[in-house]
Amino acid sequence: MTDEKQTKKTLDLKRRPMPKQDHLERIRNFDEVALGYAVETAREEASRCLNCKNPLCNKGCPVGIDIPGFIKCIIEGDFSSGIRKIKETNALPAVCGRVCPQEEQCEKMCVLGKKGEPVSIGRLERFLADWEAAQAKMELPVVAPKTGKKVAIVGAGPAGITVANDLLILGHDVTIFEALHECGGVLIYGIPEFRLPKSIVSREVEYVKRLGAQIQMDYIVGTTRTVDELLEEFDALFVGAGAGLPWFMEIPGENLNGVYSANEYLTRVNLMKGYRFPEYDTPVKQPSRVAVVGGGNVAMDSARTAVRLGADEVHLVYRRSRTELPARLEEVENAEEEGVIFDLLTLPIRLIGDENGWIKEIECLEMELGEPDESGRRRPVPVKGSNFLMPADAVVIAIGNSPNPLVPMTTPGLEINKKGGIVTNPETALTSKPKVWAGGDVVRGAATVISAMGDGRIAAAAIHKYLTGQA
Amino acid sequence: MYEVIERRMIVPNLHEFIVRAPAVARSVKPGQFVIVRPEEHGERIPLSVADWDRQAGTVTSIFMQVGASTAKLARLKPGQTIPTYAGPLGKRTAIEKFGTVLCVGGCYGIGSIYPIARALKEAGNKVYTFLEARSAFLLYWEDKLAGTSDGTFIVTRDGTKGRKGHIGDMPSMIAGAGITPDLVIVNGCTFLLMRTSALTKPLGWKTIVSMNPIMIDGTGMCGVCRLSVGGKTKFACVDGPDFDGHEIDWAEFLARRKSYSPEEVDPLRRSSCASHF
Repeated sequence: MTDEKQTKKTLDLKRRPMPKQDHLERIRNFDEVALGYAVETAREEASRCLNCKNPLCNKGCPVGIDIPGFIKCIIEGDFSSGIRKIKETNALPAVCGRVCPQEEQCEKMCVLGKKGEPVSIGRLERFLADWEAAQAKMELPVVAPKTGKKVAIVGAGPAGITVANDLLILGHDVTIFEALHECGGVLIYGIPEFRLPKSIVSREVEYVKRLGAQIQMDYIVGTTRTVDELLEEFDALFVGAGAGLPWFMEIPGENLNGVYSANEYLTRVNLMKGYRFPEYDTPVKQPSRVAVVGGGNVAMDSARTAVRLGADEVHLVYRRSRTELPARLEEVENAEEEGVIFDLLTLPIRLIGDENGWIKEIECLEMELGEPDESGRRRPVPVKGSNFLMPADAVVIAIGNSPNPLVPMTTPGLEINKKGGIVTNPETALTSKPKVWAGGDVVRGAATVISAMGDGRIAAAAIHKYLTGQA
Repeated sequence: MYEVIERRMIVPNLHEFIVRAPAVARSVKPGQFVIVRPEEHGERIPLSVADWDRQAGTVTSIFMQVGASTAKLARLKPGQTIPTYAGPLGKRTAIEKFGTVLCVGGCYGIGSIYPIARALKEAGNKVYTFLEARSAFLLYWEDKLAGTSDGTFIVTRDGTKGRKGHIGDMPSMIAGAGITPDLVIVNGCTFLLMRTSALTKPLGWKTIVSMNPIMIDGTGMCGVCRLSVGGKTKFACVDGPDFDGHEIDWAEFLARRKSYSPEEVDPLRRSSCASHF
């Protein structure tokens, strides 16, 4: 009988759905779309876990979370042990539970996924983080005795916060230098409120502050002080300065009014709260027909933001087909539900303005898919003579960005690659400059939150080794 | 938070703004700017730096009251604080021994050209200053600039000081004084930058202009400050703000500069005390 039950349990192939704000409702607000599992749903979902002898899921996690361990805690209803387990290796569970591409990482490795749907690891991680936030007091981990070593961290984004967390727990003094007026980096300026509420980011930042991080705001490492100057005062330095200048398509008309980089568009709305203009002073235009160019998560964020700002029509223009969209499927589906129109296999070749220098329409080409290119995706090839005009009174270009240039420009001896990224040893995150480590978008260009955090973990371990004379 | 040490209207609509920001004061160089946010709900706006006191840890800007955010700055009183004062940002103006340099300033740029003129003088250049204003009562810091210049030229629209005329008279005034500049550096409103560049191009006077586009982060991330220089897209916050005035696509720049003009004054219109807008 027991055995039968056990077998039945292993066949629970359907994941519990995530409750979401109704799409007709949510397109009129900036509140979070995914509402999170209730306690019962979370325990049911956790119970789907097969508790594999040799689990693969944690191998898919860039920061190596003990996934079966925290899932077991959920099943047992011991949520405080569960969150403690996650926090052993991840300083930002509420963030990662929301924005990590789990389907490409831990959930991809889940054995259940071979026959049905993998365990919703991300949703369970979020559940524990949200459960903890709802408790009166956030638990702090045991911190090692002070080492007296001082570490400077450039940028309070996901990479920098991770390094700070790990090094503080190991007993080192940490000072974070943040260029903007809020901490969080891309979590604040880039990812919209409806996908990652800013209160969650502040909570996670508060956590590293309580661990003892000193934070200097409005401090631009490179110009306020150079890396070399900071090294006179600090024993080690981590550069997590994040994203830099947006890429454009290098087609005519990209400097017309009404053409925005996704960085600008999202920064106006998220960091500067332009969607609440004039209560907040930073304006954001409210055009009626918006075209977002690109197919990644940032493109989805931009398109869904445009929907919420009240555009009549939001088009997502992408040169390959739906299968090749680099965005998370979940975000693609959300965008579709919210009425974003996908103009696939479409390549903009010219932006055309009106007499006052404002964008009016986009000349596009239809594309078809050819042979796979070096990325393994089928290469889009223009269909000859397929030119057509697409009206638009705003264009958001979301095709990526380069690493931030400020530290590379002002730091002699720091090796930079062709794309402007800081060159690091992937095993240690050490740069070509002694005592300087780096990670996240300043190394990779546009990557994910979790890869930045993975870099941070590697760097923190290497810095600790260096500071304690083990390397 | 950053303490406002001084905020006074130095001439109508132009304000001298001194803030305690030791980290900025310590490292700022001529030609750089800061990003300022007047209050928690405020915009990030760039202000050119006009002076500093490294010992006292203070930084001075001259700004013009244009829209809602600068109106908020203009209401600040000494002793009050502002939430953001970040910098220095942008590349410093290149200072070396060029020979003879003409510094052209108008509007807020009369202030920001001052540290440039001072540094050029210290670097051993012959420095001439050319100031443009509508009327004598809109000029300021002439004494400070005189101290760093080998000669000052002034032109006013109404002739209340210096020559009656406008920037268009600059080449004849300079050439008439027997001066051939090796370099012209211009700080001020977009019109002055553009006009000066147009005047010096046929004369072959190399001209550096300090560009003043809309910015948000100011740290090389958002890309709103882009402009075309020599047919290439550049970003004023990290590639500039100084560029060769003869290479800039001015029509495009002017259009981009104005893209948020309605919104700049919109909050003023909504406030009851400015209902005449």
